[in-house]
Amino acid sequence: MKNYNRKMDEKKFRQVSRRELLKLTPVLALGAFAIPPLQEGLLKKGLHFSDWSAARLFRKGHLAPTFDDSDVAPFAKFPINGYDIDDPGVDFDTWTLTVSGAVQKPGEYKLSQVQALPRIRQNTRHICVEGWDVVGRFGGARLSDFLNLVGADPAARFITVSCADDYYESLDIATARHPQTLLCYEMYDQPLSREHGAPLRLQIPTKIGYKQAKYLTELKVTHVLEKVGYWEDQGYSWFYGL
Amino acid sequence: MRESVIEIVQATQKEDDAAVVVARAVYEHPLVVRLCHWINAVALFVMVGSGLQIFRAFPSFGAKIPQKDLLHWPRAFAIGGWLGGGLQWHLTFMWIYIATGIVYLGYQIFSGNYRQVLFTRRDIPGVWPMVRHYFFFGEKPPAREAYNSLQKQAYTAAIILGILSVLTGFAVWKPVQFSWLAWLMGGFHYARIWHFAVMWAILLFVFGHLVMVILHGWNNFVSMLTGWKKDPEYFDPNDAMREDEVGK
Repeated sequence: MKNYNRKMDEKKFRQVSRRELLKLTPVLALGAFAIPPLQEGLLKKGLHFSDWSAARLFRKGHLAPTFDDSDVAPFAKFPINGYDIDDPGVDFDTWTLTVSGAVQKPGEYKLSQVQALPRIRQNTRHICVEGWDVVGRFGGARLSDFLNLVGADPAARFITVSCADDYYESLDIATARHPQTLLCYEMYDQPLSREHGAPLRLQIPTKIGYKQAKYLTELKVTHVLEKVGYWEDQGYSWFYGL
Repeated sequence: MRESVIEIVQATQKEDDAAVVVARAVYEHPLVVRLCHWINAVALFVMVGSGLQIFRAFPSFGAKIPQKDLLHWPRAFAIGGWLGGGLQWHLTFMWIYIATGIVYLGYQIFSGNYRQVLFTRRDIPGVWPMVRHYFFFGEKPPAREAYNSLQKQAYTAAIILGILSVLTGFAVWKPVQFSWLAWLMGGFHYARIWHFAVMWAILLFVFGHLVMVILHGWNNFVSMLTGWKKDPEYFDPNDAMREDEVGK
């Protein structure tokens, strides 16, 4: 028959309790987030990890939900969001898209060349990082068709765009070649209005709103990420796939 | 699993002096549980604070045009300073929050310790007497185990809410890659509402939890720090623990 010693003297109990309390010390590691010089670096690493996992979750063939015409919000209810001005005064007569980088056919491309590519129309949800969302109707050419037109290097990894209002953005090539990623020149079956990014914008239902740059002026195909993005340089996520 | 009980005795000089019991103690909370509890408490605080910062950017669940704000949450009670900052904290701490949740659940299941916390059918009759005692001046039901039925209900609900906060969060964060999950919730727009609602349910739990911790005194609070609860109400003299088993 086993003999159990169920007693412990006070002093030993205090020692045991103290030891158990000290075992909680790892919790204090979280305090690093409260130390200003460490905080920025830690948050940057955290955001980077979120971006990395988002990129891992991205599936090239997986489509964003599309909607019936009856689910599309009226055009007047589709918000206009910019960071500086709504209309940078693009001159449609002289506008071209300047293509450069790892492409066989760099140079100036006219809107008619983009419009000559197969036109895709899609009703998709636009989600702003602020939290609101709206279902709109968009039309344009697949960015992947345009990249084939300009002879983009298949080994290229990034697309960078610049805009008439000094906004700029960049995309991973997997998203750029996604079937729903458009060089968009139409909304609600009409040419883009000035405030919505005329004559050409990115429309990417698999990305957050701020990556869908308006009033494009330049497009560069690269192997390395050179320019990141206006909002990313302020501290937002780069990948932000939905 | 019955918690093992020890008797704390006065330190004596002589071997043959009778031991004077000054208190009893039970090892209620294993180290993993305690670590997860405190790390998750900090993580939850940051998730709520940064989440409300994100909410401030569009404090509405309707259309953008016209925008009708639901409530104004003060910047002073949010973490991050602005939307970009709020997102940095939220998208960093979510991994800590999720990791502690997984470690906690895994530990509870694989150690069998979940029985201490999990609300089951057998707990249903015990809920009302506990509610009557706390809110309607009913008499205090005798304590038979570490957690009474109402506690088990609260903690089980809290765990479910924690899981829901992550699922709704993923639907809001990745409504395309997790489109099936978002669809279950009614789509992105509704997932955002559910995420917000789950947060308030969790805050309600936290409020109740803190009130109960205060009401139940120092010894109870200390048990989540050292694992040991002094003078538990449910002490059963038939429980025994060898000295060399203590702290394992």
